[in-house]
Amino acid sequence: MPAKHETVERDEIPPGTLYMLILKTLARSGELHGYEIASTIQAISQDVLQVEEGSLYPALQRMLIKGWVTAEWGVTRGNRRARYYRIAKLGRKQLAAEVLQFDRVIGAIQRVLQAG
Amino acid sequence: MLWIKELVRRFFMMLRREKLDRDLEEEMRFHLDLRAEEYSSRGLMSDDARALAQRRFGNITVLHEESYGAWGWAWIDRLFVDVRLAARQLRSAPGFAALTVFILAFGIGTTTAIFSAVNTILFESLPYPGAGRIVTIWETSTEGARNDGTFGIYKGLAERSRLLDSLAVLKPWQPTMTSADEPERFEGQLVSASYFRVLGVRPFLGRDFTPSDDRMNGPGVVILSNKLWRRRFNADPTIVGRDVTLEGNEYSVIGVMPESFENLLAPAAEVWGPLQYDMSQGRAWGHHLRTIGRLRPGVSIDQAANELAELAHEIVNEQRPETYRGPFNLNVFSLQADITRGVKPALLAIAGAVALVLIVGCVNVTNLLLARGVRRRPEFALRVALGAGRERLVWQLLTEGLFLAVMGGVTGMAVAIIGVHALVALSPPGLPRAADIQLNGSVFAFGFGLTTLVGFVFGVIPALQISTSPYRSIQDGSPRTTDPQKLTSRALVVAEVALAFVLLVSSGLLLRSLQHWFAVDAGFDASHLLTMQVQTSGRRFQENSVTYKFFDDALAAVRSVPGVTMAALTSQLPLSGDSDVYGVRFESSPIQMQTEDHSAFRYAVSPGYIETMRIPLRRGRLLGDGDRAGASLAALINESYANRNFPGIDPIGQRLRIGPPDSPLYTIVGVVGDVKQVSLGLNRADSVYVTPGQWKFTDNTMSLVIRSDGDPAALARAVRAAVWSVDKDQAVVRVATMSDVVAASAAERRFALILFEAFALATLVLAAAGIYGVLTGIVAERTREFGVRTALGASRGNIVGLVVRQGSLLTGCGVLVGLLGAVVASSAIAAMLFGVSRLDPATYAGAIVILSCVSVLACLVPAWRAVRIDPASTLRS
Repeated sequence: MPAKHETVERDEIPPGTLYMLILKTLARSGELHGYEIASTIQAISQDVLQVEEGSLYPALQRMLIKGWVTAEWGVTRGNRRARYYRIAKLGRKQLAAEVLQFDRVIGAIQRVLQAG
Repeated sequence: MLWIKELVRRFFMMLRREKLDRDLEEEMRFHLDLRAEEYSSRGLMSDDARALAQRRFGNITVLHEESYGAWGWAWIDRLFVDVRLAARQLRSAPGFAALTVFILAFGIGTTTAIFSAVNTILFESLPYPGAGRIVTIWETSTEGARNDGTFGIYKGLAERSRLLDSLAVLKPWQPTMTSADEPERFEGQLVSASYFRVLGVRPFLGRDFTPSDDRMNGPGVVILSNKLWRRRFNADPTIVGRDVTLEGNEYSVIGVMPESFENLLAPAAEVWGPLQYDMSQGRAWGHHLRTIGRLRPGVSIDQAANELAELAHEIVNEQRPETYRGPFNLNVFSLQADITRGVKPALLAIAGAVALVLIVGCVNVTNLLLARGVRRRPEFALRVALGAGRERLVWQLLTEGLFLAVMGGVTGMAVAIIGVHALVALSPPGLPRAADIQLNGSVFAFGFGLTTLVGFVFGVIPALQISTSPYRSIQDGSPRTTDPQKLTSRALVVAEVALAFVLLVSSGLLLRSLQHWFAVDAGFDASHLLTMQVQTSGRRFQENSVTYKFFDDALAAVRSVPGVTMAALTSQLPLSGDSDVYGVRFESSPIQMQTEDHSAFRYAVSPGYIETMRIPLRRGRLLGDGDRAGASLAALINESYANRNFPGIDPIGQRLRIGPPDSPLYTIVGVVGDVKQVSLGLNRADSVYVTPGQWKFTDNTMSLVIRSDGDPAALARAVRAAVWSVDKDQAVVRVATMSDVVAASAAERRFALILFEAFALATLVLAAAGIYGVLTGIVAERTREFGVRTALGASRGNIVGLVVRQGSLLTGCGVLVGLLGAVVASSAIAAMLFGVSRLDPATYAGAIVILSCVSVLACLVPAWRAVRIDPASTLRS
């Protein structure tokens, strides 16, 4: 009955905000592996935002290159090997900058919507 | 700097790409597992859960590629594939690869080596602060001959000039140091106190000269070079203030120059003393000093030249010195231009020649690549058919070209290293900064740039040729040449022949110049002549009579050496670089030389000198033992000098003064033949010969000339021993046969000639290879036609004629283009030519003959192949 799952209304993550969401999630939770990042975003957004898993790993690779996150292999509570990501100093800076910009844009959009 | 860190991260990730691959794979599999578990915990069958997770995740290979692509490796991967393919291609044609790499290595290597020399000598700034503002100041006579400066002009300019920051004069000095150890003669300079200030360097130990050091009879002080300080004084830090004995006098060391100091005006100089110029006796107006100056910031050389020329004429008008009776000019050059003046034309011409070699090499390689491209046409057609884009094919060809160029470049760097060593070893003694020539960063950058450029060109030409028409050959699939391809490779061969012709003509002109150079009558007989320089040093030689006696005794001892047939002494040796010029005035000359520079070379020679040198006597008598101190003063002058001053009059018995107006009068007793003193290329020969005993000063340095029956060089040891048997403390230097001295006078020309000959030979071989290659192609292409012709009764001679005619056509076109090129190019070497016009018909004809012969030789093998074509089998095929 997979259809049951797919009927849940979910929105794709707005373009350009994936990095911000990943960074924010890592900033709050410390160390997470890829699955946890996706699940956490989904859970905190109360199932509204679903990370497209296909884009998660390329995004993480790019963030590694940029030096925003670091990755290390660790062991899960279920005793399985998993790669844990952690936000780096550069990542925090980037997060702050992106949040600032996002707020500005959202504020502006809301002003446009309320104007009339 | 973030992007640098990013680059570094990318780079390190690339090195660990396999681990990264595995990590990514494991990570994504783990993610899928968790997702599948999640679904099955919600009640799905495990297979369904897995499928759903998979579906949600997407195509794992694509994702993998994409994540991996984030690192920007895709192009590297493609490059690796291309390079591997290129390497495989070349391995399948090792002969072609080796030949190509060899040609390229030679071209790139020699060009890089020559560039390193040209760059160091002509373009790298001199190792002085503000080197661009250092100038040298010369006087030129109306004939254009350069004269050394005079102290009088120096002093006047130093007092009056407003555009000069500082001015200095200098002259060579070769003091002998005596100590507990063996006596040693140093190369050195006597300089005015401002010398190091002009160069902008200071001693690193002690102090610089001050004006108080530099007055007549001032204190004996010296500054040592770093090398001398290390060599003779074990780098003793307390050297300043110590005394050394030079010329038998105590000199106090006041400074040591830094190790980095390069004394370009006299590279061998190891010791400097103050000039302490003796202004008495009118010597101030003798031309025997070099003058250098430093311009004030912002002053151009032209401005300075105008000011100085004006001031110099002002000084001369006020003081009216004897030696400035005729008009003269003052010229100002940058120090760099001055010290490279002699070699600049040669270097630039050599650089041009080597560039031609490189171009010819590239042309050849391009032709090789084109020919190969034709053979590979089916392969390309197949690849296009299999879906390779044109862009991909071009990339592949570019990679192959670059790959070849890089291999050639790497090998070429080895050639360059050898080349630089050879260049330094071959270089003429006058080559400035030869020791600084090396393969440094800029040279490697040049070599790298060249390699890349060459690779790009090699890639692009065949790529353009081939990528335009692979579609057509797909139909017939045969490696037949097409018209544009034929045309290109023939045009390239024509270009090659033309360039070879240019180089042949250039080296021919240089060869003829050198022949003319050595055919010049020096005015003396250089064969069987040994020369060496003897210098007296020590306090006892301050007594003139002691000096005379030493030289007399030494000469007597030398004359008694077995094998010596004649020997004599002279204060200056022709063609050796010696120059001692005095103002000479004839007491009564019908031609009052108001308009002429009337300085002449002054020789103090022992009786027997003219005979030993075999300078012909034209009139009167030679100098003899009777012409000694106290006897009436006798002088010889040379023939052209006499003819100019005494046209139709017997010069014998006329009288002249050497130096200032109050000098004594000498009577001309004889006229001898002209001798080239400065250079075989300069006609200036005005000379006056007197005996040392009748000369007012004493020459402390004399050259021995020794004539022998056999090999003069074999006498060197015995002659030196003879000199030392008189006084073992006197330095004997500059031992050489006169033939060597004459040869050294053409060293720069010979240097250029050797390189040109080598390059001309290389291009000739390359051009021959080009002709051969194209003709081989043509023969292969016309196989069927030749077969038919033979079947129809064409003789072997007809067939050979056909092939040779085709080759000759290419050569002919090449020669025509080359003729134009050579006319243009020969102006570049005009400065090095001597006694031969740059349009010398004999040279051009010679070059045509050589090229024609080589071209016919290159045709013969393909022609032979054409003759051997079996008509039966070709007709059947």
